[in-house]
Amino acid sequence: MQVTNKLTPFFENLNFDRSDNTMVVNFGPQHPSAHGQMRLILELDGELIVKSDPNIGYLHRGIEKMAENMTYNEFLPTTDRLDYIASTSNNYAYALSVERLIGLEVPRRAQVIRTMLLEINRIISHLFFLATHALDVGAMSVFLYAFREREYAMDLMEDYCGARLTHSAVRIGGVPLDLPEGWLESLAIFIAKLPEEVKTYEDLLTENRIWKMRLDDIGVITPEEALSWGCTGIMARGSGIKYDIRKEEPYELYSELDFDIPISDRCDSYGRYVLHMEEMRQSAKILEQLIPMYAQTEPKLMAHSPQYISAPKEEIMTQNYALMQHFVLVTQGMRPPVGEVYAPTESPKGELGFYIKSEGTPYAYRLKCRAPSFFHAGYLQKLLVGTYLADAVTIIGNTNIVFGEIDR
Amino acid sequence: MAQHQVSYTSSAGLPIALTSVDKLINWGRSNSLWPLTYGLACCAIEMMASGASRYDFDRMGTIFRASPRQSDVMILAGTLSKKHAEYARRLYDQMTEPKWVISMGSCANTGGMFNTYATVQGVDRIVPVDIYLPGCAPRPETLQYAMMMLQKKIRRESANMNNNTKQRII
Amino acid sequence: MRKYTPKDNVQAKSYYTDRFWVAPRVPKTEVEKNSHFDKVVKAVDAKVKLQGAAVELGQLRIVIEAKDNIKVLTILRDSCGYKMCSELSAVDYLAKDGEFEIFYQMLNLDEAKRTRVVCRIKPGEAIESIVPLYKMANFAEREMFDMFGIPVNNHPHLKRLIMPDDWEGHPLLKTYPLQGDEFASWYEVDKIFGKAHRDIVGPENRNPALIDRYDSQRFSRVGYEVPFGAELNAENEKANPIEYSETLLVNYNAGTKDLKKRT
Repeated sequence: MQVTNKLTPFFENLNFDRSDNTMVVNFGPQHPSAHGQMRLILELDGELIVKSDPNIGYLHRGIEKMAENMTYNEFLPTTDRLDYIASTSNNYAYALSVERLIGLEVPRRAQVIRTMLLEINRIISHLFFLATHALDVGAMSVFLYAFREREYAMDLMEDYCGARLTHSAVRIGGVPLDLPEGWLESLAIFIAKLPEEVKTYEDLLTENRIWKMRLDDIGVITPEEALSWGCTGIMARGSGIKYDIRKEEPYELYSELDFDIPISDRCDSYGRYVLHMEEMRQSAKILEQLIPMYAQTEPKLMAHSPQYISAPKEEIMTQNYALMQHFVLVTQGMRPPVGEVYAPTESPKGELGFYIKSEGTPYAYRLKCRAPSFFHAGYLQKLLVGTYLADAVTIIGNTNIVFGEIDR
Repeated sequence: MAQHQVSYTSSAGLPIALTSVDKLINWGRSNSLWPLTYGLACCAIEMMASGASRYDFDRMGTIFRASPRQSDVMILAGTLSKKHAEYARRLYDQMTEPKWVISMGSCANTGGMFNTYATVQGVDRIVPVDIYLPGCAPRPETLQYAMMMLQKKIRRESANMNNNTKQRII
Repeated sequence: MRKYTPKDNVQAKSYYTDRFWVAPRVPKTEVEKNSHFDKVVKAVDAKVKLQGAAVELGQLRIVIEAKDNIKVLTILRDSCGYKMCSELSAVDYLAKDGEFEIFYQMLNLDEAKRTRVVCRIKPGEAIESIVPLYKMANFAEREMFDMFGIPVNNHPHLKRLIMPDDWEGHPLLKTYPLQGDEFASWYEVDKIFGKAHRDIVGPENRNPALIDRYDSQRFSRVGYEVPFGAELNAENEKANPIEYSETLLVNYNAGTKDLKKRT
């Protein structure tokens, strides 16, 4: 027998006293297609949504507060749990802002590996988007197909860093490990197969009558609104705004790589779905170019800056001063210069940036994570109004929000 | 007088299986554990992966249900924040007896790395937990192993839930 | 004497800092003539009083007065092409200066330039909402209000966003401890079971390395079974019958005699 508790049933779902004939429906916080713990309080007139109030914060874990109480290197594994579908993109965004703050040059091999990991993560995230979005809309088999392919990408990540989900594969100043033997071959096999697989999913969905009916002209975002509400990434590019941080403010090797930024003028969910599929192909193209680049690099993985980053093990063991610096870095943590930095990156969801305010102490004075999903979730209060209740699920799935980074 | 087709006494094949009611009920309970799709955070992704093509939870009789009223197991997959705690308890209350709880991942077990103001330090403060799953995030294999452990536990228990020792709190 | 800990900033601090160590500063450069940032500074300076402008790590940082925020952002949006405000939040400087610093991170999509508009307000003062200019501020300002308690004027729907509505305190203030205050630690128990239940559930365990030998609910024994929830103490705890597990329970203070006996 369970112990009785204070919780009484609440009747937010049904409110019979309203005179204007609208009904209030409570969507979430545990809803299979809310993509996490979102609670939407929807006011319905018939089946039409007249008011939507997204309630977030059900996954608030105090990550920004933790950043103020952890040294810079200590905090890095925590960033995995922000956008947990593509962890490396968070690790990278955080590492990039700290690197900009202390002015580090990352060795070229580390850059190649980082770019590879970022693109694999983009594929993982987009496949996950496809799987869950299709599942929400009702296409169960696409879920199974996309997860099968995603597992192969996860295997690649696992071979590299040992973790499936929370990678922590990027360090401040470089990457911790070189690529294992045979990894590039398996990557080549994966990306050779990926476009075919993407084609399979497109065959299942793109011309599918039900899929088109559910997505066409649903969740229309005008370019002005996309800008005003802070939509980035595919949410903005689906409305014809050609802005990709990889192209416009290039970081890592993106300035040397040849790839296209697909944009769509359709402004609706269908256009954004097409963009996701196209971006996967572009990621495969980028990875293809990166494989030969790897062989041309020096085997150096971490930046040399013993003041901020521990020197290589050999140096620590042989040189006294390197050992002293290593000791200080381990016991106290690195002390970046005073100042503030905001480094934007293009995560699979949109613009992900870390604003770091440093006061010259081993702890960040303030860290603000600019999460793309946060603003996309905020936009739902406008986007859902005027659509039907059944389309709410499509729109939420299509915005590709993830609650780890919304609530932080 | 017509003879029975099967002679219970002479031929060795008695069409009767003798068992206890406990075993029979627990056999039924343990082989169709339907968990609630209760994804909280990162572990939810691994929970989905264990239901998807490579790991295939369905072969164990485990089918995810979206409603607490149809489910037997609550897998608390991920960080439970203080704001959400109330709803976790509500969902637990809505599940019908017999019910079991799996706490998946370090965050659900103890609060894990999120030793902060906003995180419940272990879901056992809210609901009684049967299986604790270590890992951050636990692999799908771990979740499947936990499900098998839970099946073992159910088979060992008495079918009358009142006879079983549950966690003292709550 | 007990060590003094400041009450106005309870966040983690380095245990040792060299007295003579001066932290270096991120290079700050003047705004270049005829660059994009120069135009921005001139356009803003013509209308409002600028308190400072510098380029820091490739991004312009302009300091304004808090009452001018709407004016400056309107200039940036309408005449400088800053169509997007990508982020807005606050930094707590109450311990040092008695002020909050609020920053607006602006993005010009056409020229791929970023500008940060920074202003400072005193606690208790309200800042004007920028929702009429940028709708993204709807959520961002609510979050700022929730986390810092900075009131926002003319916001369409100002209430807590991240924390529950009945939460006490503003978590990102420097005076708020990482592990929460008394209210936070009992929040979920009070809400679900009521205050009377606090004794049954017990306080939170904030020590991740805690091991309690006599806790039969959360810890198992090696070698023999103890019923769930059984009372255990030093007297009634059975000797461990399985030999290999003895090594786990070796009392290192008692000498090595017992260990030798095993062989």
